[in-house]
Amino acid sequence: MTDPDIPPRALAEAVVTPEALAGLEPVRSVRTPIRLVYDFVPSAAAQAYLRAYAEKRILGHRSPVDGAVFVPPRGVDPRHGTAIDETVDLADTGHVGNFCVTHLPIPGRDDLEVPYVSAWIHLDGADIGFLGLVAGCATEEVRIGMRVRAVWKPDEQLGPTAENVLYWEPSGEPDVPVGRAGNRAWRGRTDG
Amino acid sequence: MAEGAGQRDVAVVSVAVRQEEALTEENEVQLLVDLVNRARNAVGLSQAEIGFTCSGSSDFLAGQAFSFVQTLDAVGAFPPISESHVEMDGAFALYEAWVKLQIGDVDTALVYGYGKPSAGSVRDVLALQLDPYYLAPLWPDAHALAALQARLLLDSGTVTPEALAEVAVRSLHNAVGNPNAVRASAEATPEELLAAEPVADPLRASDLAQVADGGCVVVLAAGERARTLCERPAWIRGIDHRIDGHALGTRDLTRAPSAAMAAQEVGASSDRLDIAEIHGPTTSQEWILQRELGIAEGTEVNPSGGALAADTLMASGLIRIAEAAARVGAGTADRALAHATSGPCLQQNLVCVLEGD
Repeated sequence: MTDPDIPPRALAEAVVTPEALAGLEPVRSVRTPIRLVYDFVPSAAAQAYLRAYAEKRILGHRSPVDGAVFVPPRGVDPRHGTAIDETVDLADTGHVGNFCVTHLPIPGRDDLEVPYVSAWIHLDGADIGFLGLVAGCATEEVRIGMRVRAVWKPDEQLGPTAENVLYWEPSGEPDVPVGRAGNRAWRGRTDG
Repeated sequence: MAEGAGQRDVAVVSVAVRQEEALTEENEVQLLVDLVNRARNAVGLSQAEIGFTCSGSSDFLAGQAFSFVQTLDAVGAFPPISESHVEMDGAFALYEAWVKLQIGDVDTALVYGYGKPSAGSVRDVLALQLDPYYLAPLWPDAHALAALQARLLLDSGTVTPEALAEVAVRSLHNAVGNPNAVRASAEATPEELLAAEPVADPLRASDLAQVADGGCVVVLAAGERARTLCERPAWIRGIDHRIDGHALGTRDLTRAPSAAMAAQEVGASSDRLDIAEIHGPTTSQEWILQRELGIAEGTEVNPSGGALAADTLMASGLIRIAEAAARVGAGTADRALAHATSGPCLQQNLVCVLEGD
């Protein structure tokens, strides 16, 4: 066996560059383009969710364990590792569970003016939030618990995509108290 | 670790396997939610009673960064669990879980490996495990590299095309009773297989593993806990993995010294082996491994059909352990060897010896 404490001979000696390489510019980077092509097949749950968007419907999945509703539907209750097969229609209204004001543009989203508000939108009837943009008001007016409703693309532009919801705008309804805003699935549903 | 060296008794107490040619309507989470529940329910364990969870999968295969995090949805990781992941075959995740059980702070572990190669090109994905400066930019696909290895083997005179065809026939015949086998035939003959044109000369389609989507879940338990969970635990008497050089040019590709060393470390040949489940993604690799692992006459090789019958990248090695453990658990084998490989041309090899009481 080789003694691990003794470095290999090649490392024990100084590296000598061959004469032919003297004075050449060192290689500082190598480009090795990689391209892999995938055929991604959305799960049945994802397919139903995306198709429903074309009809301005938002689908969720109801857990058989305690009735908690997840959106988007993934076919599973991730808290328990239990399969879900009950689909529910959710309202396109809800509240802001949390939000962030961003002052840097996103590459590839030239249509998005800064600052913009990304928010965790908690739909009425759902027990977890999902990501959306909040607009239609000044950024400093956005707050946890603010009630919002979906602003959909015009009917003729609808497709099977979450992009159908352009953004979420304030609905003017009274706020959800901060202590009751946000996720419920993770803390149990006893608080109603 | 060498056989018996003061180790804690750890056994496979439950397994669940599913392989299909292509899972077109199911994603990895849906595949695993069923397998995980089957494996846990068989021994009456909830996730809260699992001490450690470890998985093996590949983002390159899934085409998604941190894909394994999403797959945890299938486990039920809330409240937060003790969990780890390897970007290797699930067999290597099992090794990590076994080490965790040796440390002794947990008594049970859940291990899984999965892959959906139908979503992309597994031959090309495997090119990306090669050295990124000299080899990967040339994009040698996995079949081409295996063919270079097979050519060396044939031209060195140590094996004949007929002997490789016999390996393929053995797999086809054995796979007939395996519900997870994608390629099986009771009637196949070496003559018939040799009549086909090579795909990657000298390898024919029958020499190359049948790619399959799927996954495998294994539950491990230590000591008395294993005995209370199932009738006949498959005790891991030894498990070891070794690695040969990464650069293909530095290796004699007709050999797999790391496989021989791992087999020696676990004392594979110290007693009669009833069965051996060998992870050989080509007939030539299965042939090399059978010799390196010292498989004697009288040991049934790959009663499931092996990886040639259904090969799920990131799960095939763990499936070999599951197949061997299932036979020990059922009492149809008393002592079994299971092997997993990873890396190009059999670079890394894991060997595990399982025994019944």
